[in-house]
Amino acid sequence: MGELWDGFLKALELIYTFDPEVMQIAGRSLSIGLTSIVIGSVICIPLAGLIHFNQFWGKRFLVSLIQTFYSIPTVVVGLFVFVMLSNVGPLGGLGLLFSPAAIVVGQVLLITPILLGLVISAFRGVDQTILDTARSMGASGWQVAVLVIKEARFGVMAAVIMGFGRAISEVGISLMVGGNIRGVTRVITTAISLESSKGDIELALALGMILIFISLVVNIIMNRIQQK
Amino acid sequence: MTVPLIELRDIYKTREGRDILKRISLRVSRGEVLALIGPTGAGKTTLLRIINLLDRPDGGELLFNGTDTASSDKFRLESRRRMAFVLQKPVVFNSSVYDNIACGLKWRGIDRHQITTRVNDMLEMVGMTDYCKRNARTLSGGEMQRIAVARAVATNPELLLLDEPTANLDPVSAIKIEETLTGIIRQNAVTVIMATHDMAQGQRLAERIGVLADGELVQTGTPGEIFTRPGNRDIAEFVGMENLLEGVIASCEGEMALIDVNGTMIEAVTDCNVGEEVSVGIRPENVTIALSRLSSSARNCLPGTITWAVSSGPLCRVEIDCGFPLVALVTKRSAEEMGLEKGIKVYATFKAVSLHVIRRR
Ligand SMILES: Nc1ncnc2c1ncn2[C@@H]1O[C@H](COP(=O)(O)OP(=O)(O)OP(=O)(O)O)[C@@H](O)[C@H]1O
Ligand SMILES: [Mg+2]
Repeated sequence: MGELWDGFLKALELIYTFDPEVMQIAGRSLSIGLTSIVIGSVICIPLAGLIHFNQFWGKRFLVSLIQTFYSIPTVVVGLFVFVMLSNVGPLGGLGLLFSPAAIVVGQVLLITPILLGLVISAFRGVDQTILDTARSMGASGWQVAVLVIKEARFGVMAAVIMGFGRAISEVGISLMVGGNIRGVTRVITTAISLESSKGDIELALALGMILIFISLVVNIIMNRIQQK
Repeated sequence: MTVPLIELRDIYKTREGRDILKRISLRVSRGEVLALIGPTGAGKTTLLRIINLLDRPDGGELLFNGTDTASSDKFRLESRRRMAFVLQKPVVFNSSVYDNIACGLKWRGIDRHQITTRVNDMLEMVGMTDYCKRNARTLSGGEMQRIAVARAVATNPELLLLDEPTANLDPVSAIKIEETLTGIIRQNAVTVIMATHDMAQGQRLAERIGVLADGELVQTGTPGEIFTRPGNRDIAEFVGMENLLEGVIASCEGEMALIDVNGTMIEAVTDCNVGEEVSVGIRPENVTIALSRLSSSARNCLPGTITWAVSSGPLCRVEIDCGFPLVALVTKRSAEEMGLEKGIKVYATFKAVSLHVIRRR
């Protein structure tokens, strides 16, 4: 018990002294997660619009399928990306395996279903009369689409934040396709799992606290948005 | 002849196997104010949506300024940008009142300074300058309606479509909106097509009325024509001809005819022939009541018994049994002077020329 308490105090020390190693790992986690969510949003928000605003055969099935993949295990995505990027895989030539870019690819795949699904539900929440009004006011197809995103902004924001949360807290992908290489692909979650298994409880605890802190900030931002 | 701003040729619409609009043809010239009246479900909203190019008809042509609107999506958008439509249940966008009114102008690519000036003018017009920065979703129903009107008018439309602009409002808000609309119609010389089931509102605002019933445009004419000479029994009922009696023409002498209503003879002016089945419409306000037989020029004077008398506002509504039920409106004062109440025997008098005779189909 005393050992744990010691570890906790040392972890706090690591944080408030801005230990370079801790800060570097946390910073990498953030930048990889943010890159993933930005790329994911740029792909998924327009795609969700395309799915929502067009009628096509199998649309309902597609939406159910998307929802099924909300909780896809990270190791499955990790395995898939690993196979694709490995030397024998079709994208092996890119030489991306065990780089931050590989983690980003995996995380984008991981959060795509959640982003798509939640953004589609957000668009569904925009009433048909809003669309009619916009069209009657002379909005072109594009202008209507932009308006719908604006009208659904809280739902879209919530989707983006959920996606970010899932990206930054996953461990399976980072470990499998990042490789937890110190100074290159070591992120908070992989460091925690590695260091705690090595017995370096302080570093793991410090990083864990930082991760919780990030989640807290994200949640506060989300609440702020929803209160507006 | 000038090209009408809007021309409908045999517009047809079905929904779920039901005919909602049945071959509607209509021309509306520039500067005209047309009211579409008709009972609920008649197809008013459906027609306005087609005119605003939100929905496509299943048949027929719609010409805007002489050009067929089915031609291209681009032309439809361009045409739509020359109109504005206040929907039956107006909705506002989840943004400030200012942005709501500005949206149509932004979408048309108008520059910011002009937008600011225009929006401020509109806010002033509907008396909502102080609400400029409020989120429009927090407004009351009446305020939203005002924003919807301001938003529509802001774009300076050539054609303004209004769907029941005052239907969901309290009387005070309704009057305010109506005043605003009257102002816009007078100042801008805009062409207006409005749907309403309020005949009186149609009369106040429009110079021409189209009666829509069950998907058919059954009659068009000036408010006066529709009001005094409704084309059929349904319209007569709709425009407030409370007394509609069924009868047969018993004899004719030039334009003057004797109509047999349940054995009681009524004199009326009509061009119907002997033996024809007709409905006779009598407006309650055209029936006068007296306690003794009047020696006036009025040709019809029927004895009867009051079955019901109730006052509403400055008027008193009296129902009389003269072999058939007849409703009369008299001022409250004369009702009190004569002591009109249930069971009293009276004479109901009305002029032959004030009757409206409609052929029954
Ligand atoms: N989307 C729809 N699907 C099926 N039927 C519809 C649809 N929209 C309208 N209708 C039907 O079309 C008919 C005409 O409707 P419309 O809304 O045009 O009537 P209205 O004259 O505007 O009535 P109100 O005075 O109540 O507004 C109604 O019987 C309505 O049920
Ligand atoms: Mg309607």
